[in-house]
Amino acid sequence: MNARNITAYGGGILFGFGLAYSGMTRSEIVLSFLRLDDLGLIFVMGGAAVVTFVAINVVPKFMKAPALGGTFRPRVSVLTRNTLIGAAIFGTGWGISGLCPGSAVASLGTGNWPIIAGLTFMFLGAYLRGRFIRDGN
Amino acid sequence: MFPLGIEPYLIGGIIIGLGVSIIYILTGLHATQSSFFTTTLSWFSKLPHFQDKRNIGERDWRLVLCLGLISGAVLYTFTLSPSGMFVTGVDPWRLALGGLLVGFGTRLSNGCTSGHGISGLASLSTTSLYAVITFLGFGIITAHLLEFMGVS
Repeated sequence: MNARNITAYGGGILFGFGLAYSGMTRSEIVLSFLRLDDLGLIFVMGGAAVVTFVAINVVPKFMKAPALGGTFRPRVSVLTRNTLIGAAIFGTGWGISGLCPGSAVASLGTGNWPIIAGLTFMFLGAYLRGRFIRDGN
Repeated sequence: MFPLGIEPYLIGGIIIGLGVSIIYILTGLHATQSSFFTTTLSWFSKLPHFQDKRNIGERDWRLVLCLGLISGAVLYTFTLSPSGMFVTGVDPWRLALGGLLVGFGTRLSNGCTSGHGISGLASLSTTSLYAVITFLGFGIITAHLLEFMGVS
């Protein structure tokens, strides 16, 4: 294990703990958000985004580069048709299952075994995207 | 609007943000989730899409990140969880069909709730903002349609 992987593991523990603590590992809670019965999910994504905003936009004013090497680069990308078509397809699947990639993975750690079906089909979907859609647009 | 209060959501979100931030400050990496499927498939598929140099370079730490996510959820389950383990009651066909669309859609969109919703918004990316509005909109419409059709 190199320093990068140890960091990813440690940060991942916090990420997974937070997902479980906030109930995002439960499809039922995510679906109740999407039915607009419980708007708490806004605070999960918002709280996480605000903290991460500080790390991405403020911390680099005081540090030249990441402590273990590499460079600070915000996560920006070009808007394409696929960005929006993909987001629409993702949103539809999210509304059907209450699953998103991170919450599904973390959910395994809560003993939520039926989620294995969801994860298997996520891999299949990611494979089909690579198999049938051309890159670079 | 908030039958369970906002504290668990806000505190959980802050903990997630701390995890993402520590990884970024130490390594410059964006701890996003859906890329994990593509980078992991690079071990199994010879298609050029998966054999992209960037996927190969990222596949080890992304797998380790996911092991971290599972470990963190295990930790929660055996410490603070009021009800211990949790098994969903959502129908398997919904998990499977939804999962298929989630896997395909997030990889087509280059991001999910964490890539666009956390790291992208935190980077003030307008691309991510449009993606978030789109997946939120379609998620809300779909969940309401299913409820309207009496699917539970």
